[in-house]
Amino acid sequence: MALKITRDEVAHVAFLARLLIDPSEIDQYAEQLSSVLEHAADIEALELNDVEPTFRPIPLENVLREDVVTVSLPRDTVLSQAPETAQNMFLVPKILSEAP
Amino acid sequence: MSGKDDTMFEEISDAWELVVGLEVHTELKTTTKLFCGCSNQFGSEPNTNICPVCLGLPGSLPVLNRHAVELSIRVGLALNCTVQASLFHRKNYFYPDMPKDYQISQYDLPLNIRGHLVLPSGHRVGIERAHMEEDTGKSSHLGGSGRISSASASLIDYNRSGVPLVEIVSAPDIHTPEQAREYVSELRSVLVAVGASDGKMEEGSLRVDANVSVRPRGSTELRTRCEIKNLNSLRSLGRAIAHEANRHIALYESGESPTQQTRFWDESGQVTGALRTKEEANDYRYFPEPDLVPLAPSQEWIQSIRDTLPELPQQRREWVMDLCGEATTNDRIETAISDELYPFLVATLRSGLSPQRVVARTSNELAAELPLPNYFSTERFVEICSLEERGELTPTQVKTLLTEATHDDAPISELIARLGLVAISADSLAEIVNSVIEESPAEWTRFVEGEQQLRGFLVGKIMKASKGKADGKVVGEMLVERVSAAKKVG
Ligand SMILES: [Zn+2]
Repeated sequence: MALKITRDEVAHVAFLARLLIDPSEIDQYAEQLSSVLEHAADIEALELNDVEPTFRPIPLENVLREDVVTVSLPRDTVLSQAPETAQNMFLVPKILSEAP
Repeated sequence: MSGKDDTMFEEISDAWELVVGLEVHTELKTTTKLFCGCSNQFGSEPNTNICPVCLGLPGSLPVLNRHAVELSIRVGLALNCTVQASLFHRKNYFYPDMPKDYQISQYDLPLNIRGHLVLPSGHRVGIERAHMEEDTGKSSHLGGSGRISSASASLIDYNRSGVPLVEIVSAPDIHTPEQAREYVSELRSVLVAVGASDGKMEEGSLRVDANVSVRPRGSTELRTRCEIKNLNSLRSLGRAIAHEANRHIALYESGESPTQQTRFWDESGQVTGALRTKEEANDYRYFPEPDLVPLAPSQEWIQSIRDTLPELPQQRREWVMDLCGEATTNDRIETAISDELYPFLVATLRSGLSPQRVVARTSNELAAELPLPNYFSTERFVEICSLEERGELTPTQVKTLLTEATHDDAPISELIARLGLVAISADSLAEIVNSVIEESPAEWTRFVEGEQQLRGFLVGKIMKASKGKADGKVVGEMLVERVSAAKKVG
C-alpha cells in the first residue's frame, strides 16, 4: 500500500520545523507519519456530518483577565537568554528578508 | 496628508484598472499586552516590558486581555461588521522578531467579519474581516546604510512583542492611489474616534500593507497580485501603489506577467523591490492555539459596547454639512470634525451660533492654537464666538481674543479690557468714514461714479483709521449708503 506521506513531504516538514534529518532517516519517518494519518483515516470513515468540531474536551469560553500591569522580568534576566547582546538588545545575524 | 504634487507620481494608464486591497494593522490603546500583564507603553527602555508569556518560555500560559477584546469589538462595530464567536490560532514561522516561533492570531474564525466603510467621497469599501493578533518585536539593523539589504546584523527589542493588534482587511474595492489614501485616512479617524488607537503612523501604531494588481479596464478578473509591506505614511502608500501598478502594466504590455510575491517600498529610490522570502515561509501551518479557549462575546456584551460607541466621522460630517450647506469647504469641515476640535464645534452649534462662522473659527483660528490648554473649555469658546455673533467684536478682534484666551486663563471680560477690544460705536465709525472721504476726494468721486476697485482702498483706509476696531462688513454697508446718498445729491 502506498504511503500517505511522501519523502518530499517529510523533507519539507523537516525544513519548516528547522529539523536536521539525515536522508537515510527519511523513509523511516515517512512510514511512521503515514501510520498516524492512517489512524486518522479510521475516524474519517465514520459518519460525523452532524458532529460539531471539538477543539478541547472541556466546554469553556471567554476566559479573560483585567487590563492591569504586572511586574515584568528584570532586563538582565531577559538578556541573559540572548546568545549575544548590544545596546540592551538581542543581537542576531543579519536578516536577509523582512518578516513573513 | 499629501499635497497636490503627489498626483504626478501617481499617474496610471487609462487602459488599465488598479485593484487594491489594504491590510491595516493598528495597535490597541490598552494598558497591557494582549496575553500578559506587561506594559503596553510606546517608548519604554528596550527589553524592559517582557515576561515568560511574551517570550513564549515553556510552561507560561497566555490569558486574553478583556479591554483588548472590547476595543476590537468597537472597531468591528464601527466598521459595520458582524461580531461572531471566534478562535485563536498559532501562525508558525521562524523569524527573530517572534521569540515563540509562532504568532497568536485569528484564522478561519475571526472576531469581526463582513463590514464596510463609506469614504468622504461616497465610495464604499468592503471590510472582509477585522481580527485580533499579537504584535511582533521590533528589529533595527546595524551597519550598512540602515536598509535591510545592506545590514550586517540586527538588534531586537521585544517590548512590542505581544502588544494587541487588530488587522483590518479590506475587499479589493480600491481603484486609485487617492482612494487608498482616503480609505486609510478615514479608517484612522474611525479608530481614533472609537478610542481603539492613537492613529500615529509615524510611531508605527498604524501600519499598512497593500495588495496590488491591475486588469484591463472593463474586465472583472482578478490578476496576480503583489503585496507591498509596511507602508508607513499616506504619501508612501499612494506612490508605492502607483509604482507597483505601473510595473505590472509594463510587464503585461511587454508580453510578460508579474510573479506573486511580497515586496517592500524603497523610500529613497521611490521604487518597490522584491523581498528575498523563501516560498516555504508562507506555509504557516495554522492550528488552534491549545492554551486559549474560544472567544464568544454574548449579544448583551456586544450591545453594551454598541451603546457606548461615539458619533463616527461620517455622522459628524453629515450633520455639519447639513447645517452649513454648500458654502463651507470640505477641508474646513474635515478639520472642524477632528477629535480635538469637534467638542468645541458641537458646543457652538448647539448654542445656536451661525454654523458657517463657527466652522470657520474652529477650523482656522482654533485649529491654529492646538494643542489647547485644559482651562480652555467649550464654554469659553462659545462665549468668544457669541461676542462676534452679537456684533460686539469684529472678526479681527475675535481672532486676537482667541489667541489670548488660549494662552491666558483670565476671564474673557478681563482679557477684552486688557486688550482694549471694544467694537467701535456707529457714531465714531461714521466720523471716521467722513474724514476718509474728505482726505481722498478724487478717489471718492471715482468710486461714486462706479469704479468698484477703489472699494478696497477706501475700506483699508477706514480700517486703519479705526485701528482695526471697525467691522469690515459694517464699513462696506456704510459706504453703499454714502454712495446712494451722494448720487441723490448729485
Ligand atoms: Zn509579557
